[in-house]
Amino acid sequence: MADILQWNDTTFLEEVQRRSGTPVSACFQCHKCSTGCPIGPEMDLLPSQVMRLVHLGEVAEVLGSRAIWLCASCEACTTRCPMDIDIAAVMDTLRMMAVERQADLPDARGEKFNRSFLSSVCRHGRVFEFGMMAAYKLRSGQLLADVNKFPQMLAKRKISLLPNRSGAARETREVFRRAEQEEKQR
Amino acid sequence: MKYAYYPGCSLESTARDFDQSTRAVCRALGIELEEIPDWVCCGSTPAHTTNASLAVALPVVNLQKARTMGAPVMTACASCYARLRTANYKVRNEPDTLRRTERITGHPYGGEVEVHHVLDVLVNHFGLRAIRAKVRRPLAGLRVACYYGCLLSRPPKIVAFDDPEHPTSMDELLASAGAEMVQWPMKTECCGAGLSMTHSNVVNRLAHRLLAMARKAGAECLAVACPLCQINLDLRQADAKKAHGEIPDTPVLYVTQLLGLALGLSSEELGLDSLITSAEALLAKNHIDTASVPEGTASAP
Repeated sequence: MADILQWNDTTFLEEVQRRSGTPVSACFQCHKCSTGCPIGPEMDLLPSQVMRLVHLGEVAEVLGSRAIWLCASCEACTTRCPMDIDIAAVMDTLRMMAVERQADLPDARGEKFNRSFLSSVCRHGRVFEFGMMAAYKLRSGQLLADVNKFPQMLAKRKISLLPNRSGAARETREVFRRAEQEEKQR
Repeated sequence: MKYAYYPGCSLESTARDFDQSTRAVCRALGIELEEIPDWVCCGSTPAHTTNASLAVALPVVNLQKARTMGAPVMTACASCYARLRTANYKVRNEPDTLRRTERITGHPYGGEVEVHHVLDVLVNHFGLRAIRAKVRRPLAGLRVACYYGCLLSRPPKIVAFDDPEHPTSMDELLASAGAEMVQWPMKTECCGAGLSMTHSNVVNRLAHRLLAMARKAGAECLAVACPLCQINLDLRQADAKKAHGEIPDTPVLYVTQLLGLALGLSSEELGLDSLITSAEALLAKNHIDTASVPEGTASAP
Protein backbone atom coordinates (compact mmCIF):
# COMPACT_ATOMS: atom_id res chain seq x y z
CA MET A 1 0.00 0.00 0.00
CA ALA A 2 1.38 3.39 -0.98
CA ASP A 3 -1.11 5.10 1.30
CA ILE A 4 1.16 6.23 4.11
CA LEU A 5 -1.35 8.52 5.77
CA GLN A 6 -4.19 6.11 6.15
CA TRP A 7 -6.75 7.42 8.59
CA ASN A 8 -8.62 4.54 10.00
CA ASP A 9 -10.82 6.34 12.43
CA THR A 10 -11.91 9.94 12.41
CA THR A 11 -14.58 9.74 15.12
CA PHE A 12 -12.37 11.48 17.71
CA LEU A 13 -11.50 14.30 15.31
CA GLU A 14 -15.16 14.69 14.33
CA GLU A 15 -16.37 14.81 17.91
CA VAL A 16 -13.74 17.40 18.88
CA GLN A 17 -14.67 19.53 15.87
CA ARG A 18 -18.39 19.29 16.53
CA ARG A 19 -18.14 20.13 20.22
CA SER A 20 -15.54 22.88 19.93
CA GLY A 21 -17.22 24.32 16.83
CA THR A 22 -13.87 24.87 15.15
CA PRO A 23 -12.11 23.20 12.17
CA VAL A 24 -9.26 21.30 13.83
CA SER A 25 -8.64 19.43 10.56
CA ALA A 26 -7.52 22.71 8.94
CA CYS A 27 -4.32 22.69 11.03
CA PHE A 28 -1.27 22.39 8.77
CA GLN A 29 1.29 22.33 11.57
CA CYS A 30 2.81 25.80 11.24
CA HIS A 31 3.41 25.71 15.04
CA LYS A 32 2.55 29.39 15.46
CA CYS A 33 0.34 28.43 18.43
CA SER A 34 3.19 26.57 20.13
CA THR A 35 5.71 29.32 19.46
CA GLY A 36 3.62 31.89 21.29
CA CYS A 37 2.25 29.67 24.06
CA PRO A 38 3.33 31.13 27.43
CA ILE A 39 3.00 27.73 29.12
CA GLY A 40 4.93 25.83 26.41
CA PRO A 41 7.97 25.16 28.66
CA GLU A 42 5.79 23.30 31.18
CA MET A 43 3.68 21.33 28.68
CA ASP A 44 4.23 17.68 27.81
CA LEU A 45 2.56 18.26 24.42
CA LEU A 46 2.65 21.61 22.62
CA PRO A 47 -0.66 22.95 21.27
CA SER A 48 0.27 22.09 17.65
CA GLN A 49 1.13 18.54 18.75
CA VAL A 50 -2.26 18.26 20.44
CA MET A 51 -3.91 19.31 17.14
CA ARG A 52 -1.92 16.68 15.22
CA LEU A 53 -2.70 13.91 17.69
CA VAL A 54 -6.40 14.78 17.41
CA HIS A 55 -6.09 14.32 13.63
CA LEU A 56 -4.51 10.93 14.19
CA GLY A 57 -7.15 9.82 16.67
CA GLU A 58 -4.68 9.33 19.53
CA VAL A 59 -7.39 9.57 22.18
CA ALA A 60 -5.46 8.23 25.16
CA GLU A 61 -2.37 10.34 24.55
CA VAL A 62 -4.40 13.55 24.17
CA LEU A 63 -6.94 13.07 26.96
CA GLY A 64 -4.25 11.78 29.31
CA SER A 65 -1.90 14.73 28.70
CA ARG A 66 -0.91 17.41 31.19
CA ALA A 67 -1.00 19.99 28.43
CA ILE A 68 -4.78 20.24 28.19
CA TRP A 69 -4.91 21.15 31.90
CA LEU A 70 -1.99 23.56 31.78
CA CYS A 71 -3.57 25.76 29.10
CA ALA A 72 -4.32 29.11 30.78
CA SER A 73 -6.97 30.09 28.19
CA CYS A 74 -4.94 33.19 27.30
CA GLU A 75 -6.24 33.00 23.71
CA ALA A 76 -2.89 33.89 22.12
CA CYS A 77 -3.04 30.74 19.94
CA THR A 78 -6.67 31.37 18.94
CA THR A 79 -5.84 34.97 18.02
CA ARG A 80 -2.81 34.06 15.92
CA CYS A 81 -3.87 30.85 14.14
CA PRO A 82 -3.64 31.49 10.37
CA MET A 83 -6.40 28.91 9.80
CA ASP A 84 -8.73 30.56 12.30
CA ILE A 85 -8.86 27.49 14.53
CA ASP A 86 -10.09 28.32 18.04
CA ILE A 87 -7.35 26.31 19.74
CA ALA A 88 -8.30 27.47 23.24
CA ALA A 89 -11.83 26.15 22.63
CA VAL A 90 -10.34 22.81 21.54
CA MET A 91 -8.44 22.66 24.84
CA ASP A 92 -11.74 23.28 26.70
CA THR A 93 -13.47 20.50 24.77
CA LEU A 94 -10.61 18.08 25.44
CA ARG A 95 -10.78 18.77 29.19
CA MET A 96 -14.51 18.06 29.20
CA MET A 97 -14.00 14.84 27.22
CA ALA A 98 -11.21 13.74 29.56
CA VAL A 99 -13.49 14.13 32.58
CA GLU A 100 -16.51 12.50 30.89
CA ARG A 101 -14.51 9.50 29.72
CA GLN A 102 -12.75 9.25 33.07
CA ALA A 103 -9.35 9.40 31.42
CA ASP A 104 -6.39 8.81 33.69
CA LEU A 105 -5.43 12.38 34.63
CA PRO A 106 -1.71 12.72 35.36
CA ASP A 107 -2.44 16.00 37.14
CA ALA A 108 -5.96 16.49 38.45
CA ARG A 109 -5.40 19.85 40.16
CA GLY A 110 -7.20 21.80 37.43
CA GLU A 111 -10.21 19.54 37.55
CA LYS A 112 -10.35 19.75 41.35
CA PHE A 113 -10.08 23.52 41.24
CA ASN A 114 -12.90 23.75 38.71
CA ARG A 115 -15.17 21.59 40.88
CA SER A 116 -14.39 23.63 44.01
CA PHE A 117 -15.02 26.91 42.17
CA LEU A 118 -18.26 25.86 40.50
CA SER A 119 -19.78 24.28 43.61
CA SER A 120 -19.18 27.58 45.40
CA VAL A 121 -21.00 29.45 42.60
CA CYS A 122 -23.80 26.87 42.59
CA ARG A 123 -24.33 27.28 46.33
CA HIS A 124 -24.00 31.07 46.73
CA GLY A 125 -24.61 32.43 43.23
CA ARG A 126 -21.14 33.99 43.54
CA VAL A 127 -17.69 32.67 44.39
CA PHE A 128 -17.02 32.59 48.12
CA GLU A 129 -13.24 32.65 47.79
CA PHE A 130 -12.34 31.53 51.30
CA GLY A 131 -14.70 28.54 51.16
CA MET A 132 -13.61 27.72 47.61
CA MET A 133 -9.93 27.78 48.58
CA ALA A 134 -10.57 25.55 51.60
CA ALA A 135 -12.54 23.08 49.44
CA TYR A 136 -9.75 23.01 46.86
CA LYS A 137 -7.11 22.42 49.53
CA LEU A 138 -9.05 19.47 50.92
CA ARG A 139 -9.64 18.00 47.45
CA SER A 140 -6.04 18.43 46.27
CA GLY A 141 -4.32 17.65 49.57
CA GLN A 142 -2.21 20.81 49.12
CA LEU A 143 -3.13 22.00 52.58
CA LEU A 144 -0.10 24.16 53.24
CA ALA A 145 0.26 25.85 49.86
CA ASP A 146 -0.04 29.63 50.17
CA VAL A 147 -1.12 29.56 53.84
CA ASN A 148 1.48 32.27 54.48
CA LYS A 149 -0.62 34.57 52.30
CA PHE A 150 -3.85 34.30 54.30
CA PRO A 151 -2.96 36.72 57.12
CA GLN A 152 -1.83 39.27 54.54
CA MET A 153 -5.01 38.85 52.49
CA LEU A 154 -7.19 39.12 55.58
CA ALA A 155 -5.35 42.24 56.79
CA LYS A 156 -5.72 43.86 53.37
CA ARG A 157 -9.39 42.84 53.28
CA LYS A 158 -8.72 40.91 50.08
CA ILE A 159 -10.56 37.91 51.44
CA SER A 160 -13.57 37.59 53.69
CA LEU A 161 -14.51 34.84 56.11
CA LEU A 162 -18.18 35.08 55.19
CA PRO A 163 -19.81 34.56 51.78
CA ASN A 164 -21.37 37.41 49.81
CA ARG A 165 -24.46 35.62 48.57
CA SER A 166 -26.34 36.70 45.49
CA GLY A 167 -30.08 37.26 45.93
CA ALA A 168 -30.43 34.94 42.94
CA ALA A 169 -28.66 31.93 44.50
CA ARG A 170 -31.70 29.67 44.15
CA GLU A 171 -32.13 30.66 40.49
CA THR A 172 -28.44 29.88 39.95
CA ARG A 173 -28.84 26.35 41.28
CA GLU A 174 -31.62 25.79 38.76
CA VAL A 175 -29.38 27.12 35.95
CA PHE A 176 -26.68 24.63 37.00
CA ARG A 177 -29.17 21.74 37.03
CA ARG A 178 -30.53 22.54 33.57
CA ALA A 179 -27.09 23.23 32.10
CA GLU A 180 -25.88 19.81 33.27
CA GLN A 181 -28.93 18.18 31.67
CA GLU A 182 -28.34 20.01 28.39
CA GLU A 183 -24.68 18.99 28.30
CA LYS A 184 -25.59 15.32 28.70
CA GLN A 185 -27.80 15.55 25.61
CA ARG A 186 -25.16 17.12 23.37
CA MET B 1 -23.70 58.61 30.74
CA LYS B 2 -25.19 55.68 32.59
CA TYR B 3 -24.14 52.03 32.77
CA ALA B 4 -25.48 48.86 34.36
CA TYR B 5 -22.47 47.92 36.47
CA TYR B 6 -21.39 44.29 36.77
CA PRO B 7 -18.67 44.08 39.48
CA GLY B 8 -18.11 40.30 39.47
CA CYS B 9 -16.88 38.12 42.33
CA SER B 10 -13.21 39.18 42.40
CA LEU B 11 -14.21 42.80 42.87
CA GLU B 12 -15.93 41.82 46.12
CA SER B 13 -12.79 40.15 47.49
CA THR B 14 -9.25 40.02 46.11
CA ALA B 15 -9.84 43.05 43.88
CA ARG B 16 -12.03 45.16 46.15
CA ASP B 17 -9.68 48.09 45.48
CA PHE B 18 -10.45 47.75 41.75
CA ASP B 19 -14.15 48.05 42.59
CA GLN B 20 -13.57 50.97 44.94
CA SER B 21 -11.37 52.88 42.47
CA THR B 22 -13.64 52.17 39.50
CA ARG B 23 -16.66 53.56 41.37
CA ALA B 24 -14.67 56.54 42.66
CA VAL B 25 -13.30 57.45 39.22
CA CYS B 26 -16.72 57.17 37.58
CA ARG B 27 -18.26 59.31 40.34
CA ALA B 28 -15.56 61.96 39.85
CA LEU B 29 -16.20 62.03 36.11
CA GLY B 30 -19.98 62.03 36.38
CA ILE B 31 -20.38 58.56 34.87
CA GLU B 32 -23.40 57.02 36.55
CA LEU B 33 -23.11 53.35 37.59
CA GLU B 34 -26.09 51.31 38.74
CA GLU B 35 -25.16 47.86 40.01
CA ILE B 36 -27.10 45.02 38.39
CA PRO B 37 -29.34 43.77 41.24
CA ASP B 38 -28.72 40.17 42.32
CA TRP B 39 -26.01 39.59 39.74
CA VAL B 40 -24.43 36.14 39.75
CA CYS B 41 -20.94 34.86 38.89
CA CYS B 42 -20.06 34.77 35.17
CA GLY B 43 -18.58 31.28 35.60
CA SER B 44 -15.11 32.49 34.62
CA THR B 45 -12.57 29.91 33.36
CA PRO B 46 -13.86 26.97 35.46
CA ALA B 47 -17.24 27.15 33.65
CA HIS B 48 -15.92 27.31 30.10
CA THR B 49 -13.52 24.44 30.71
CA THR B 50 -16.19 22.29 32.37
CA ASN B 51 -19.60 22.86 30.80
CA ALA B 52 -20.12 24.82 27.57
CA SER B 53 -23.85 25.39 28.25
CA LEU B 54 -23.21 26.77 31.73
CA ALA B 55 -20.45 29.06 30.40
CA VAL B 56 -23.02 30.88 28.26
CA ALA B 57 -26.04 30.60 30.58
CA LEU B 58 -24.42 32.29 33.62
CA PRO B 59 -23.41 35.49 31.75
CA VAL B 60 -26.79 35.54 30.00
CA VAL B 61 -28.66 35.46 33.34
CA ASN B 62 -26.86 38.73 34.16
CA LEU B 63 -27.41 40.27 30.75
CA GLN B 64 -31.12 39.49 31.02
CA LYS B 65 -31.21 41.30 34.38
CA ALA B 66 -29.35 44.25 32.82
CA ARG B 67 -31.76 44.41 29.88
CA THR B 68 -34.52 45.72 32.12
CA MET B 69 -32.24 48.59 33.24
CA GLY B 70 -32.12 50.17 29.79
CA ALA B 71 -28.38 50.94 29.85
CA PRO B 72 -25.31 49.18 28.43
CA VAL B 73 -23.30 47.01 30.80
CA MET B 74 -19.93 48.11 32.13
CA THR B 75 -17.56 45.77 33.90
CA ALA B 76 -14.01 46.18 35.21
CA CYS B 77 -12.79 42.58 35.53
CA ALA B 78 -11.15 41.47 32.27
CA SER B 79 -12.37 37.90 32.73
CA CYS B 80 -16.02 38.89 33.38
CA TYR B 81 -15.75 41.20 30.38
CA ALA B 82 -14.54 38.39 28.13
CA ARG B 83 -17.17 35.93 29.42
CA LEU B 84 -20.08 38.38 28.97
CA ARG B 85 -18.90 39.33 25.46
CA THR B 86 -18.33 35.67 24.53
CA ALA B 87 -21.86 34.78 25.63
CA ASN B 88 -23.25 37.59 23.45
CA TYR B 89 -21.14 36.43 20.50
CA LYS B 90 -22.35 32.85 20.87
CA VAL B 91 -26.08 33.54 21.18
CA ARG B 92 -25.81 35.94 18.23
CA ASN B 93 -23.96 33.48 15.98
CA GLU B 94 -24.88 29.95 17.09
CA PRO B 95 -28.60 29.10 16.76
CA ASP B 96 -28.12 25.91 18.76
CA THR B 97 -26.50 27.81 21.68
CA LEU B 98 -29.29 30.41 21.52
CA ARG B 99 -32.00 27.75 21.92
CA ARG B 100 -30.13 25.87 24.63
CA THR B 101 -29.52 29.06 26.60
CA GLU B 102 -33.20 30.00 26.40
CA ARG B 103 -34.19 26.58 27.73
CA ILE B 104 -31.71 26.88 30.61
CA THR B 105 -32.48 30.46 31.66
CA GLY B 106 -36.19 30.28 30.88
CA HIS B 107 -36.17 33.60 29.01
CA PRO B 108 -35.39 34.60 25.41
CA TYR B 109 -32.15 36.51 24.90
CA GLY B 110 -30.54 37.24 21.54
CA GLY B 111 -27.45 39.17 22.62
CA GLU B 112 -29.03 42.63 22.57
CA VAL B 113 -27.29 44.13 25.64
CA GLU B 114 -23.94 45.79 24.83
CA VAL B 115 -21.01 45.09 27.17
CA HIS B 116 -18.07 47.45 27.70
CA HIS B 117 -14.91 47.39 29.76
CA VAL B 118 -14.22 50.38 32.01
CA LEU B 119 -11.10 51.17 29.97
CA ASP B 120 -13.19 51.30 26.79
CA VAL B 121 -15.74 53.53 28.56
CA LEU B 122 -13.06 55.94 29.81
CA VAL B 123 -11.01 56.19 26.61
CA ASN B 124 -13.64 55.82 23.88
CA HIS B 125 -16.94 56.92 25.44
CA PHE B 126 -15.89 59.60 27.92
CA GLY B 127 -12.85 60.58 25.87
CA LEU B 128 -9.26 61.61 26.56
CA ARG B 129 -9.85 65.31 26.00
CA ALA B 130 -12.56 65.33 28.67
CA ILE B 131 -10.29 63.33 31.02
CA ARG B 132 -7.43 65.81 30.52
CA ALA B 133 -9.74 68.64 31.54
CA LYS B 134 -10.47 66.82 34.83
CA VAL B 135 -6.87 66.17 35.88
CA ARG B 136 -6.06 67.99 39.13
CA ARG B 137 -2.82 66.22 40.04
CA PRO B 138 -0.73 65.23 37.00
CA LEU B 139 1.32 62.08 37.60
CA ALA B 140 4.41 63.87 36.31
CA GLY B 141 7.58 61.80 36.23
CA LEU B 142 5.93 58.51 37.18
CA ARG B 143 7.24 55.83 34.82
CA VAL B 144 4.50 53.27 34.17
CA ALA B 145 4.43 50.06 32.13
CA CYS B 146 0.88 49.30 31.04
CA TYR B 147 0.16 45.59 31.25
CA TYR B 148 -3.00 44.57 29.37
CA GLY B 149 -2.78 40.81 29.82
CA CYS B 150 -4.87 38.48 27.69
CA LEU B 151 -8.56 39.03 27.79
CA LEU B 152 -8.91 42.78 27.27
CA SER B 153 -7.82 42.40 23.65
CA ARG B 154 -8.16 38.71 22.84
CA PRO B 155 -9.72 37.13 20.88
CA PRO B 156 -10.32 40.21 18.70
CA LYS B 157 -13.52 38.92 17.10
CA ILE B 158 -15.08 39.00 20.58
CA VAL B 159 -13.54 41.89 22.51
CA ALA B 160 -12.22 44.32 19.87
CA PHE B 161 -11.79 47.76 21.43
CA ASP B 162 -8.02 47.72 21.08
CA ASP B 163 -5.30 46.05 19.02
CA PRO B 164 -4.79 42.40 20.10
CA GLU B 165 -0.98 42.45 19.83
CA HIS B 166 -0.18 46.09 20.56
CA PRO B 167 -2.95 47.72 22.57
CA THR B 168 -2.54 51.41 23.44
CA SER B 169 -5.73 52.54 25.22
CA MET B 170 -4.31 52.29 28.76
CA ASP B 171 -1.12 54.07 27.66
CA GLU B 172 -3.13 56.91 26.14
CA LEU B 173 -5.31 57.17 29.23
CA LEU B 174 -2.41 57.37 31.69
CA ALA B 175 -0.42 59.68 29.40
CA SER B 176 -3.45 62.00 29.61
CA ALA B 177 -3.09 61.75 33.38
CA GLY B 178 0.46 63.06 33.03
CA ALA B 179 2.39 59.82 33.60
CA GLU B 180 5.38 58.81 31.55
CA MET B 181 4.61 55.67 29.53
CA VAL B 182 7.30 53.05 29.15
CA GLN B 183 7.46 51.09 25.90
CA TRP B 184 7.94 47.39 26.54
CA PRO B 185 7.35 44.19 24.58
CA MET B 186 5.22 42.12 26.97
CA LYS B 187 1.99 44.11 27.22
CA THR B 188 -0.19 41.16 26.25
CA GLU B 189 1.86 38.19 27.51
CA CYS B 190 -0.12 35.96 29.87
CA CYS B 191 0.58 36.02 33.65
CA GLY B 192 -0.71 32.47 34.11
CA ALA B 193 -4.16 33.72 35.13
CA GLY B 194 -6.32 30.95 36.61
CA LEU B 195 -3.31 28.68 37.20
CA SER B 196 -2.57 30.88 40.21
CA MET B 197 -3.72 28.36 42.82
CA THR B 198 -3.19 25.08 40.99
CA HIS B 199 0.20 25.69 39.36
CA SER B 200 1.78 28.55 41.30
CA ASN B 201 5.24 27.62 39.98
CA VAL B 202 4.14 28.46 36.42
CA VAL B 203 2.66 31.77 37.57
CA ASN B 204 5.84 32.64 39.47
CA ARG B 205 7.92 32.10 36.32
CA LEU B 206 5.59 34.20 34.15
CA ALA B 207 5.19 36.96 36.76
CA HIS B 208 8.95 37.21 37.18
CA ARG B 209 9.47 37.51 33.42
CA LEU B 210 6.92 40.31 33.23
CA LEU B 211 8.20 42.25 36.24
CA ALA B 212 11.85 41.89 35.17
CA MET B 213 11.07 43.07 31.63
CA ALA B 214 9.04 46.05 32.85
CA ARG B 215 11.95 47.05 35.12
CA LYS B 216 14.47 46.58 32.32
CA ALA B 217 12.39 48.91 30.14
CA GLY B 218 12.63 51.54 32.88
CA ALA B 219 9.25 51.23 34.59
CA GLU B 220 8.85 51.88 38.34
CA CYS B 221 5.38 50.40 38.53
CA LEU B 222 2.81 48.54 36.44
CA ALA B 223 -0.75 49.48 35.57
CA VAL B 224 -3.26 46.64 35.15
CA ALA B 225 -6.97 46.24 34.44
CA CYS B 226 -7.58 42.65 35.53
CA PRO B 227 -7.88 41.17 39.06
CA LEU B 228 -5.84 38.08 38.17
CA CYS B 229 -3.03 40.08 36.57
CA GLN B 230 -2.90 42.19 39.73
CA ILE B 231 -2.86 39.32 42.21
CA ASN B 232 -0.36 37.27 40.20
CA LEU B 233 2.08 40.16 39.89
CA ASP B 234 1.57 41.64 43.35
CA LEU B 235 0.66 38.92 45.87
CA ARG B 236 3.02 36.45 44.16
CA GLN B 237 5.84 38.95 43.63
CA ALA B 238 7.82 37.79 46.69
CA ASP B 239 7.54 34.10 45.66
CA ALA B 240 8.49 34.96 42.07
CA LYS B 241 11.63 36.71 43.27
CA LYS B 242 12.52 33.88 45.62
CA ALA B 243 12.23 31.36 42.78
CA HIS B 244 13.75 33.35 39.91
CA GLY B 245 15.99 36.11 41.23
CA GLU B 246 15.92 39.52 42.83
CA ILE B 247 14.25 42.55 41.22
CA PRO B 248 13.29 45.79 43.00
CA ASP B 249 9.86 45.89 44.65
CA THR B 250 7.45 46.92 41.91
CA PRO B 251 3.98 48.20 42.80
CA VAL B 252 1.17 46.91 40.58
CA LEU B 253 -1.75 49.35 40.53
CA TYR B 254 -5.12 49.24 38.86
CA VAL B 255 -5.40 51.75 36.03
CA THR B 256 -8.35 53.27 37.89
CA GLN B 257 -6.18 53.83 41.00
CA LEU B 258 -3.58 55.74 38.98
CA LEU B 259 -6.21 57.71 37.09
CA GLY B 260 -8.01 58.41 40.38
CA LEU B 261 -4.85 59.94 41.88
CA ALA B 262 -4.59 62.22 38.84
CA LEU B 263 -8.23 63.21 39.25
CA GLY B 264 -7.40 64.33 42.80
CA LEU B 265 -8.93 61.42 44.71
CA SER B 266 -7.32 60.27 47.96
CA SER B 267 -5.45 57.09 48.76
CA GLU B 268 -8.41 55.99 50.95
CA GLU B 269 -10.97 56.59 48.21
CA LEU B 270 -8.90 54.45 45.83
CA GLY B 271 -8.06 51.60 48.21
CA LEU B 272 -4.29 51.99 47.86
CA ASP B 273 -3.86 50.31 51.26
CA SER B 274 -4.91 47.01 49.63
CA LEU B 275 -1.74 46.78 47.56
CA ILE B 276 0.65 44.14 48.90
CA THR B 277 3.65 45.94 47.40
CA SER B 278 3.00 49.44 48.69
CA ALA B 279 3.11 52.36 46.26
CA GLU B 280 3.67 54.90 49.06
CA ALA B 281 7.44 55.32 48.70
CA LEU B 282 7.24 55.47 44.92
CA LEU B 283 4.55 58.17 44.96
CA ALA B 284 6.44 60.17 47.59
CA LYS B 285 9.64 59.97 45.53
CA ASN B 286 7.76 61.46 42.56
CA HIS B 287 6.17 64.14 44.79
CA ILE B 288 2.68 62.76 44.17
CA ASP B 289 0.64 63.51 47.25
CA THR B 290 -2.21 61.10 48.07
CA ALA B 291 -4.58 63.40 49.92
CA SER B 292 -7.69 64.52 48.11
CA VAL B 293 -7.35 67.62 45.91
CA PRO B 294 -10.30 70.04 46.11
CA GLU B 295 -11.89 71.29 42.91
CA GLY B 296 -10.18 74.14 41.08
CA THR B 297 -6.78 73.79 42.75
CA ALA B 298 -4.72 72.29 39.93
CA SER B 299 -4.48 72.42 36.18
CA ALA B 300 -4.19 69.84 33.42
CA PRO B 301 -0.74 68.66 32.34
